[in-house]
Amino acid sequence: MSLPHPVLASFGGAIEFIFTPQTSNVTGGNKVGGFDKSLELVLKHLEVTVIALAIALIVALPLGLYLGHRGKGELFAVGIGNAGRAIPELAVIALVAVLIGVGLQTVAPALAILGIAPILVNTYVGVRQVDPAAVEAARGMGMSELDIMRKVELPLAVPTVMGGVRAAAIVIIATATIAPLAGVETLGDFIINRNVYGENGLLAGAILVALLALTIEGLLALLQNRLTSDGLKLKTV
Amino acid sequence: MASPFLIAAGGQVGEGFFHERTSGTLPCQAKSSHLFCWDWAKENIDRYGTPTLQHLEIVVLSVLIGFVVAFALALVAHRRRRLQPPLLAATGVLYTIPSIAFFFLLLPVTGFGRDTAIIVLSAYTLQIIYRNTILGLANVPESVKDAARGMGFTNRQILWRVELPLAIPEVIAGLRVAVVSTIAIATLVVFISAGGLGTQIYGSGNLTFPTTIIIAMVIVMGMALLFDTILLLVQRLTTPWRKVRPV
Repeated sequence: MSLPHPVLASFGGAIEFIFTPQTSNVTGGNKVGGFDKSLELVLKHLEVTVIALAIALIVALPLGLYLGHRGKGELFAVGIGNAGRAIPELAVIALVAVLIGVGLQTVAPALAILGIAPILVNTYVGVRQVDPAAVEAARGMGMSELDIMRKVELPLAVPTVMGGVRAAAIVIIATATIAPLAGVETLGDFIINRNVYGENGLLAGAILVALLALTIEGLLALLQNRLTSDGLKLKTV
Repeated sequence: MASPFLIAAGGQVGEGFFHERTSGTLPCQAKSSHLFCWDWAKENIDRYGTPTLQHLEIVVLSVLIGFVVAFALALVAHRRRRLQPPLLAATGVLYTIPSIAFFFLLLPVTGFGRDTAIIVLSAYTLQIIYRNTILGLANVPESVKDAARGMGFTNRQILWRVELPLAIPEVIAGLRVAVVSTIAIATLVVFISAGGLGTQIYGSGNLTFPTTIIIAMVIVMGMALLFDTILLLVQRLTTPWRKVRPV
């Protein structure tokens, strides 16, 4: 354990690095970092995350809804969920870089694969947990199966579904940090290219990634609160 | 931090056990488009012994520490209900911060190496184990506790002999999620020089040779499957009266 003073100094250096370009002690005189560079990397990180999360949602949400509605494929959904957790993120990025190629168009789908598992399994479980009486009532009112899925099962499953979306967002943001290995300059660039940005950059990257993850997570929690019907909130208290 | 079992401390494990290595480049190694080079795999499989044991050691220590802390927090929060929301929020923050960022946030304090890896990975498991333990304890029917109270059980006896045994399925479901995710995430400790199977994925020059990435990935996923199955069996054996799947 070091004394608190050098620790504070490291963090101070990192925060300075985020806002004003620093003369790198590694690359001999070049200015690195600064607000413009930080902002650029934050935006790139966000872009990759949003695209990957959107792809994961487009694939996993309808599939989970359908399987849950029909009550089929439980082994498939739960199996995907379990296997998805076991996939090492580092290997996914590395394989994509080696086999398919670098760039946003290969990295975003690869990150989406990591997000599909939690969304799929949570949507499936959420729909299965919907009270069958509510579904029967909707059917009795003459709703089509598609309407039942959209207007009854999905709204009632919102808290569980959003749990899956938040888990997917966390794993995608985390993995986007190592995306520079596959040629996408996210905030991980500060961390992975240590020989360009130095120790301050390393810590600055870590601070920005952590803040970004917490912000997105907070926004998704707010969204979940907005999407959940008031009736459901009363029940869960 | 001294490890209770220094399995990886004795240097290389299994080195030279299988084959003598060919000195030159193998034919299938030369083609970078080649998906998997069996000849290389056969000759070099011994390289994976030490990283696998390092990986295991980091995972087991992290989950053990995470379990002890999360379980203790859950027991405290079970008694004092108003601690539950702040503890859930605090463990949630630790869970949300990406591990790789967390490693480097701790770097000025704990430096490179295994200690930082274990601190971060155990912090990551807290939320999963804490939440499932609380859920398991909350799922115990009030009538069962009443019955125990009627038989003259004290609160402590109710906790240890009624509530906790009934909560075992949820606790183990949480442990399964924690172990499997930790095994996968532990590949990232290569970034703080803590070894493990990540070294075989992101080592020098590995990013041009898919075979070694695939072998490491298969070992990681196999390890996860193995631990998941063992924990599932433990749960079945300790609670023959019910089944719960992890959510």
